[in-house]
Amino acid sequence: MRGTALYLLGRGGQALLVLWAAFSLSFVVLYALPSDPVSIMLNQSGEQSTVNQQQVAALRAQYHLDEPLAVQYGIALWHAVQLDFGNSIQSGQPVSASLAEALPKTAALALVSLAVALVLGVSLALVASLTRRRWLRDLLLGLPAVAVSLPTFWVGLLLLQWFSFGWHWFPAMGNQGFASLVLPTLTLAIPTSAVIAQVLARSLAATARLPFVDALRAKGLSPLRVLLTHVLHNAVIPILSLSGVIVGSLLAGSVVTETVFSREGVGRLAQGAVSTQDIPVVQGVVVLAALIFIAVNLLVDLLYPLLDPRIRGAAR
Amino acid sequence: MKPYSVALLALLLAGCGGPSGEVSQADPSKPHSGGTLRVALDGDPQCVDPQQAGNNTALNVGRQLVDSLTDQDPVTGAIVPWLAERWEVDADSRRFTFVLRQGATFSDGAAVDAAAVKANLEGILALGARSILGSTYLAGLKRIDTPDSHTVVVEFEQSNAQFLQATSTMTLGLLSPANLALSSGERCQGQLVGSGPFVLKSFVHNQKVSLSRREDYAWGSSLAAHTGKAWLDGIEFLIIPESGVRLGSLASAQIEVNTSVAPQDEPGIEGQGLVLLTRANPGVVFNLALNESTPLFADIKVRQALNKAIDRAELQRIISRYQKPATALLATSTPLYRDFSSLLAYDPDGARRLLDEAGWQVGADGVRVKDGKRLAFRLDYWQQTPILELVQQQLKGVGIDFQLNKSTISQVTAIQAGGDFSVRFLNLTRADPDVLRTVYDARGYNINKREPGEVDRLLSESSKTLDSAKRQGLIDQASELLLRDGHAIALVELATVLAHGKKVQGLHYEASSRLQFFDTWLQP
Repeated sequence: MRGTALYLLGRGGQALLVLWAAFSLSFVVLYALPSDPVSIMLNQSGEQSTVNQQQVAALRAQYHLDEPLAVQYGIALWHAVQLDFGNSIQSGQPVSASLAEALPKTAALALVSLAVALVLGVSLALVASLTRRRWLRDLLLGLPAVAVSLPTFWVGLLLLQWFSFGWHWFPAMGNQGFASLVLPTLTLAIPTSAVIAQVLARSLAATARLPFVDALRAKGLSPLRVLLTHVLHNAVIPILSLSGVIVGSLLAGSVVTETVFSREGVGRLAQGAVSTQDIPVVQGVVVLAALIFIAVNLLVDLLYPLLDPRIRGAAR
Repeated sequence: MKPYSVALLALLLAGCGGPSGEVSQADPSKPHSGGTLRVALDGDPQCVDPQQAGNNTALNVGRQLVDSLTDQDPVTGAIVPWLAERWEVDADSRRFTFVLRQGATFSDGAAVDAAAVKANLEGILALGARSILGSTYLAGLKRIDTPDSHTVVVEFEQSNAQFLQATSTMTLGLLSPANLALSSGERCQGQLVGSGPFVLKSFVHNQKVSLSRREDYAWGSSLAAHTGKAWLDGIEFLIIPESGVRLGSLASAQIEVNTSVAPQDEPGIEGQGLVLLTRANPGVVFNLALNESTPLFADIKVRQALNKAIDRAELQRIISRYQKPATALLATSTPLYRDFSSLLAYDPDGARRLLDEAGWQVGADGVRVKDGKRLAFRLDYWQQTPILELVQQQLKGVGIDFQLNKSTISQVTAIQAGGDFSVRFLNLTRADPDVLRTVYDARGYNINKREPGEVDRLLSESSKTLDSAKRQGLIDQASELLLRDGHAIALVELATVLAHGKKVQGLHYEASSRLQFFDTWLQP
């Protein structure tokens, strides 16, 4: 019991360190860029801004942009510790409100995509492992490589062209209703399912070569039963280890997917904020993303021992 | 000079009930009331408060929510009545007296009165740089008096003729006094109460802005084609960043208007039974403004050579067919525009002669050299445009090495703020010739970093009068000097190109090439 408490305490400390590092690194990167968010805001139309310099300086001072870097960092960190990321410089909206508005939309898209990707990826790997036709297996195992190399925006536009502009089955834009979720989900699920299929197929093949599988076969179990009840169970560990990567690719993919399908979400928020150097918003998104990664990794670490007794033993 | 004044012609007949909703469905040319117009914007408006906004998407939304003191005729450029039924401007354009029409209200019930106008103008001034366009319009505001509830007197420190046109913009559009008490951030997020024909229902970032019609609206501009409330029940501005998706959505009738057509999509649109609507943006055309504090461009001959070395007819081949090469520093749609194409003629031999005279001799690699220095300079820019590469080739033809560094908006603004640049590439939309003074006045923004001279005297004189003939003369002389002395190398006009479905009627650009949907209706 005490061991578990200590373990969780240690993980909590680690999490704080990661959050601080993410916050500080993004701060340094954003400030290393030339220019500042205020000049960008003033030139947002792409046309020449002719606001006079004293007024610009006054606005800069409001955001402490005239202070030395260390002071700005201190102010930002002090507020961030209190979970206050300030207001967007471009839109004036509180960052917490922007995130609260955008996160559920991206979460819905990412979770549904993850489910679809799991179904697609696992089925592909299983069928490829079961088939005795060599050409079919080669074909199926070649699919992930193709799917991963398809540009997400191109897949999205293609789906739109057919299913929205051509056949009018699904809306081309927006967050309204289940119908608007179908095409973006597919777009985001395809590359993710490819990663899952590739890793799982390889892991299945490796596990299938282990001696215990021969023993099971020798006992007369059907290949399907061996695969589903014994091999698969042992082969999912690498997929679990990939969770961080998969969550990362879903978040990254949401930037492109949300843009192509004109959806509201964290991806669009991040893209807009980075391109306008809107420091408070970028920092908010970075810290949020870091939190998600920490949560996913913690969850995975807690799941390992439940799935694999060998890991349970090693941990003790 | 006698005071310039405008008397109101009663264009709006009070009590003339609008024929809304009662129109026979059989006649497709008669306006039909009802329906929601879906309009695609190419980016998030960020801040929908028209007083603060600086980008076109936000200004297009804001225009529907607020009314202005005056309106501007997009054809003649004339300033005509809207919330102000008449006005007077004193002899040196420092004092502006507006008399407001009676009966207009904000959507929270407050009256549009003199106190509200005063509160708005003072509020915009207090926004400072946050009012990206308004801070320029109101520079030098001295005091605002309200002798009675429907008279406002606005006085400036110095002559400010452009203020009259500024009162027609959505930037100086009016918000309810109670609304002004909110923070600038809250208003940005859509808590806006104007007196316009539409009210804002909701604003979701990166998603949409929904407007609904104000049913008791009865104070449309004197330019409007009808009286009473708007035809449309509402407007949905949908934010669709991908140009191909906007095009496909329009063709598949998922939207009715695409406010931003990419040049590569133009041919496709005409083939699909859609309507293209285009207008040149008024104001300063895309041009190269030279930094005359550098030794290279301190020499007038080099600046003039640059101007002569550019073949503007050739530029037409690579820009949108709806965009035109510059024929002056002001775009054709700007009030008091005058054609100066004779000053913009392609004359490569003349350019070479000028460079020879300035001491720049052709060197071994074809680039001219003087005192061991090559005739080279660099432009940092962020704009999406194909023309600069062609300009680069054309300048190469006379021995000038024009280096292009396409960069991000942030890097370019940083370089400009540091002052370490040879040349800048810019345009500025404004439906008033005073935009020349805004950009080039050596005692103001001074983009050329030069000493004040004759141009600045002319520009300053032009800001003192609203007498068309007198102002035209001064603007012409200033434009001519700016071009002839090579302070600005005019290249091409900016054009706004939108596409809409066949059912959309009564849609047109206002004077600044932005959109006003009051007269727009949907065929059932």
